[in-house]
Amino acid sequence: MTDTAVTTNLPVRRGFLKPVLRNPLAVAALTVLTIIVLASVLAPLIAPNSPSALRLDKINAGPGGGYLLGGDSAGRDIFSRLLHAGRNTLTGALIAVSVALVLGVVSGLLGGYYGRLLDGLLGWGANLLMALPTMIVLLALFQALGSSIYLAMVAFGVMLSPGFYRLVRSQVMTVKHELYVDAARVSGLSDPRIIGRHILLVVRAPVVIQASVVAGIAIVVQSGLEFLGLGDPGTPTWGGMLQDAFTNIYTSPVAIWWPGMTIALTVASLVLLGNAIRDVIQRTDRPRRLPRLAAQPVPEPPDALDLPLLRIRNLSVGYPSGDVVHGVDLDVRKGEVMGLVGESGSGKTQTAFSVLGLLPPGGTVLGSSSILFDGRELVRLPEPERRALRGKRIGYIPQEPMSNLDPCFRVGEQLVEPLRAVSGLSKQAAAAEALNLLERVGIPEPRRTFAAYPHEISGGMAQRVLIAGAVSGKPDLLIADEPTTALDVTVQADVLDLLRGLQTEFGMAMLLVTHNFGVVADICDRVAVMQNGRIVEVDDVRPLFANPQHPYTKTLLDSTLEDSAPRTGLEVNHA
Amino acid sequence: MIRFIGRRLVACAVLVVMIATITFLLAFSSTGNVARNLLGESATPDQLAAKNAELGLDRPLLAQFGAWAEHVVRGDLGISWFTNEPVAQAIANRLPVTLSMVVFAVTLTALISVGLGVAAAVRGGWLDRVIQVLSVAGFALPNFWVALVLVLFLSVTLGLLPATGYVPLSQSPGAWAAALVLPVTSLVIGSTASAAQQVRGAVIDVLRQDFIRTLRARGINPRSVLFRHALRNAATPALTVLSLQFIALLGGAVVIEKVFAIPGLGSLTINAALQGDVPVLMGVVVTLVVLVVIVNLVIDIVSGWVNPKVRVQ
Repeated sequence: MTDTAVTTNLPVRRGFLKPVLRNPLAVAALTVLTIIVLASVLAPLIAPNSPSALRLDKINAGPGGGYLLGGDSAGRDIFSRLLHAGRNTLTGALIAVSVALVLGVVSGLLGGYYGRLLDGLLGWGANLLMALPTMIVLLALFQALGSSIYLAMVAFGVMLSPGFYRLVRSQVMTVKHELYVDAARVSGLSDPRIIGRHILLVVRAPVVIQASVVAGIAIVVQSGLEFLGLGDPGTPTWGGMLQDAFTNIYTSPVAIWWPGMTIALTVASLVLLGNAIRDVIQRTDRPRRLPRLAAQPVPEPPDALDLPLLRIRNLSVGYPSGDVVHGVDLDVRKGEVMGLVGESGSGKTQTAFSVLGLLPPGGTVLGSSSILFDGRELVRLPEPERRALRGKRIGYIPQEPMSNLDPCFRVGEQLVEPLRAVSGLSKQAAAAEALNLLERVGIPEPRRTFAAYPHEISGGMAQRVLIAGAVSGKPDLLIADEPTTALDVTVQADVLDLLRGLQTEFGMAMLLVTHNFGVVADICDRVAVMQNGRIVEVDDVRPLFANPQHPYTKTLLDSTLEDSAPRTGLEVNHA
Repeated sequence: MIRFIGRRLVACAVLVVMIATITFLLAFSSTGNVARNLLGESATPDQLAAKNAELGLDRPLLAQFGAWAEHVVRGDLGISWFTNEPVAQAIANRLPVTLSMVVFAVTLTALISVGLGVAAAVRGGWLDRVIQVLSVAGFALPNFWVALVLVLFLSVTLGLLPATGYVPLSQSPGAWAAALVLPVTSLVIGSTASAAQQVRGAVIDVLRQDFIRTLRARGINPRSVLFRHALRNAATPALTVLSLQFIALLGGAVVIEKVFAIPGLGSLTINAALQGDVPVLMGVVVTLVVLVVIVNLVIDIVSGWVNPKVRVQ
């Protein structure tokens, strides 16, 4: 099958550092952080005064006279103390982050990679730690930890490690079965080397983001402890300075600003840096501006009588990352089954979603496209009118049965609600109709399935439920997106039979998206072959099978005939 | 459903026992100075030994734990080493004060963050950007500092609200509410900012699911797709967010109580921590962990009721 040419998700080898440095927000955050860290590290060199030097004339004094930000309640220089406090506070945060990082990443790698008992134990430990009210436990352990803020931060690091553990574990679980990791295993790489070379590479960016957030939390919590008076009164810390300012809030209210602003600035920079890295990695789809539709000349709808049920002309679909469908022309006549064939990524599903008006976020039907359904131009139709067509005139059967049923609602409810929306039936009438439909699509115990939740029925049954839902409004056009791909081979033929039966019974036209020529031969009247967002060949099924014109069609057909089994169980897992 | 609740109950009990054991062993492993702290520098070694024997600190750690656990099971949390007040009594006096703050704060957080989060997820645009900025600000501003700034402006400068003190509800409901406004506000600002951001993420995740497209393809009213289907599915992660906020707010309340001089669990814990009053600390930890576990259990049950798939996991 052509579909076995799965594009392997190779990890991005180039570092994420360079694109991050092109993000202005990230650069600003990094600059602020660097200044704060440098000022703290170099405090003994750049601080104008000793952090503990007392001057009686400077008690709670305003700025000036050698004290840049004024003096505190003991007459010490606030600015110099701020710099020295940075050393202590940042060291504490570094300790907490390091402990959390090492514990969380190592346990996440081990748990995710080896699974089973170890994973169960680690997961349980993580839940244990996450249920702790950390502040209270830190207070309770403060004496036991020798009244040291650094030891408290070690304990805090342990309590923060589940965040890293969960993150790394879930990442490892997803990449563990990627082809390139399998390949590494088959080629004889040892487990530690696979973890080191392939898996650490994937998890490092999310880990950096998490670390920046955890560092922020650590600074806030450490300052909180010191604010409560749990800390060495001899060493300046941001939290300790806030405590001093708080005690003198009536005499010297300005003093609460300096340590507070410093904490806020540091933590905000850490979080913003994390956010910027995340944005760079995800490159999230922000819809781009598209040419206004109205600027295009609206083609006169030709006489409705000679029109096919669905006439697509020059359909182009764009995403922020680029166009995926380029000027597709396609007709589906009343009562005919039209196959739309091509390998994954050829744009066939995007074409189908354009007809439904349900493109994924970021996707747009571009300017000069035209989709005429029963003589009406869909591209310019306002959403409410478009919605009125869905379910009633145009039905939709999705690919993955399990992810297309709402897990929170019983199967029956998911049939009754659309039936009532489309046809205005009473609740009882809709329920009776839904039971009829379930029986019609070959569900052995309709009442039981009606009352079941989606997770309680099998994939084959779920697909029958979805088919029942799709035909419940007696649509003129049924759009089926790979309706058998996710099913067991044994069930596929039954579902195809069912589709054909329903299609003839209701006289529906069908646009069947598939990559499988076996399905095409089974059920389609005509077939269009798509490659790279374009239709390369359209013909009736027999002539196309007997005498394919386009080289791509020939390749597709050849590869189908070589191994005639439609799909193997193994491939289903990757679908 | 009953089996689901039963399994959760057992897991919760194990959790409480584990945390209590670990905290006890850590906290009681360094009680060497307690007798000296209690009796003062002039105490003779004999007096110190007698005090240690009186407190039971001369026994092996595990024996101490056994005795303590036996009493706890009977509802006796021991006696404070420094005030001689029964720990259970001290906690019972102060828990309602802290809880009234935290319950208010959690309720407000839930209402505001769900409203903002859903609106940001659905509407996007400027509202979404405002939420993003607020979430960073709420994260970066420590709640005790927000409290200080509020005190500075609203109490010290404008004299609008009381800066310190707590009035019991029974004494004067109006004064009680006025005393809670600033503490609760300082707690809510931070927790709302982060919860709204997470609710927004949860709703966006659900709206991207396949079944949402399928529901829309059936011609269902978009309002029903959002409020009946998407929100119900987003409720499970949102409830988890709120339970984590509850835990965080308990910790936050401790610090906030200090700013507003509120006689809650926070001040009890801070004094005990500074003195090394281990029985009080253990009592507070056990009480709060039980509280957290109960809240988590309720959240689990509600999640299982809202989304039946959760029950099988």
